Amino acid sequence: MTGPSLLAGPDLRAGMESAAGHLSRLGPLPPGAASLIDVLERSGLRGRGGAAFPVARKWRAVAERRGARPVVLVNGAEGEPLSRKDRVLMETRPHLVLDGALLAAGALGAGEVLLYVGAEHAAAATALGRALAERPEAERRRVRTVAAPPRYVAGEESAAVRFVNDGVALPTVTPPRPSERGVGGRPTLVQNVETLAHVAMVARFGDAWFRGLGAPGTPGTALLTVTGAVARPGVLEVAQGSALGDAVAAAGGLSDRAGAVLLGGYFGGWVGAEEAWGLRLDAPGLRSAGHSLGCGVVAVLPGHRCGVVETARILTHLAGQSARQCGPCVFGLAAIAGAVQRIAAGTAEADDLERVRRWSGELRGRGACAHPDGAAGLLLSALRTFGDDFLHHHRHGGCAVATREAA
Amino acid sequence: MDAPRLRVDPIRCDGHGLCAELLPELIRLDDWGYPIVETAAVPGHLAAHARRAVAACPLQALRLEASPAR
Repeated sequence: MTGPSLLAGPDLRAGMESAAGHLSRLGPLPPGAASLIDVLERSGLRGRGGAAFPVARKWRAVAERRGARPVVLVNGAEGEPLSRKDRVLMETRPHLVLDGALLAAGALGAGEVLLYVGAEHAAAATALGRALAERPEAERRRVRTVAAPPRYVAGEESAAVRFVNDGVALPTVTPPRPSERGVGGRPTLVQNVETLAHVAMVARFGDAWFRGLGAPGTPGTALLTVTGAVARPGVLEVAQGSALGDAVAAAGGLSDRAGAVLLGGYFGGWVGAEEAWGLRLDAPGLRSAGHSLGCGVVAVLPGHRCGVVETARILTHLAGQSARQCGPCVFGLAAIAGAVQRIAAGTAEADDLERVRRWSGELRGRGACAHPDGAAGLLLSALRTFGDDFLHHHRHGGCAVATREAA
Repeated sequence: MDAPRLRVDPIRCDGHGLCAELLPELIRLDDWGYPIVETAAVPGHLAAHARRAVAACPLQALRLEASPAR
């Protein structure tokens, strides 16, 4: 990539880019005016926290509320276990995140900016704090940092709002959405840190520039966390619409024979390796093809590891991360995780496979947040991708991958 | 006018199951006794039953909402 981008500039290993370096690389921060929302709409920018919601629509929902002054909540919780991209961005380009947050505050007339950063992401919080200290007093006064508890659902936007309000990082029933009634009852924009960094770029270089970075209909660049069986796992920036195989190549290529790819992380889904390489990295396109880019995780499973066993491990983790507020999530996820564990261990009951299929179909839309939906989606993708392996485990009580590898 | 819609508040709901008893045409229970709303839009001939199911919920977790205008 040539020209300006989020991660262009000093090597990421050099740590935080200073205010002086940031300004000389990208130029001064333009004022945040209401007209920025139109620019964002033309840019086609979508949220990068996982839901890929159009940014301009989200901002308008806040801007249209009358009465109380809005709040901007910068979401740097990054609870997805395989994702590193938000942390790397906050650690190395904190001024871009602050720029985006202040632009949002300006465009929406918000008084207060809250930096909601995962409590375990100490280096990210430190970099944002140091960056803030380099900013003018008028900006510093508006920004407050809040440590997000280390729990998967703490980054869900209603949970983030509730944590700031009540000290409890649990999702609430929506509506009302944070845009209607958020922090202190005020209309609140909850926006992922990478999304805000892109806002800072679009505000400087314009919507046409942003669209020109990606493929037609898939504007801009995206941060990915590429991990698993690749030579150089880490965070990289790619043009949207490029092929997943190119992202793997940019991470040094495969370090092992690939069995499958977990695309989108624990909230995403499995894709068979052959199908995966040609997929275009484009959130809406992937969604319509039954996949999910989520928060940009590309995790390559080596061919000698069993997808059934991996899926059992992930589902067990997700069941343990339930906020334990909604019955279908508490009991459904525990039951699914238990049954998939039995299948993986070769101790399945006769109807375990049929039951997990039914349960995963019944879970959707039945929690206050999308946690059960995410787990159900992951399971369905596993049944699709590792269907033969599931059957082999279920019928023969053993692992087809182990048998194949031994042959 | 569009039919009113059934909505479960999943945080309030504790799986008492009265709703499925009173309105089996639209609600069934999952393996743990929590309601699955099979059809959210309440047809006219079930409106009285739906109101009764809403009133019977001991946790006020079942609601009837007007269809969103549009």
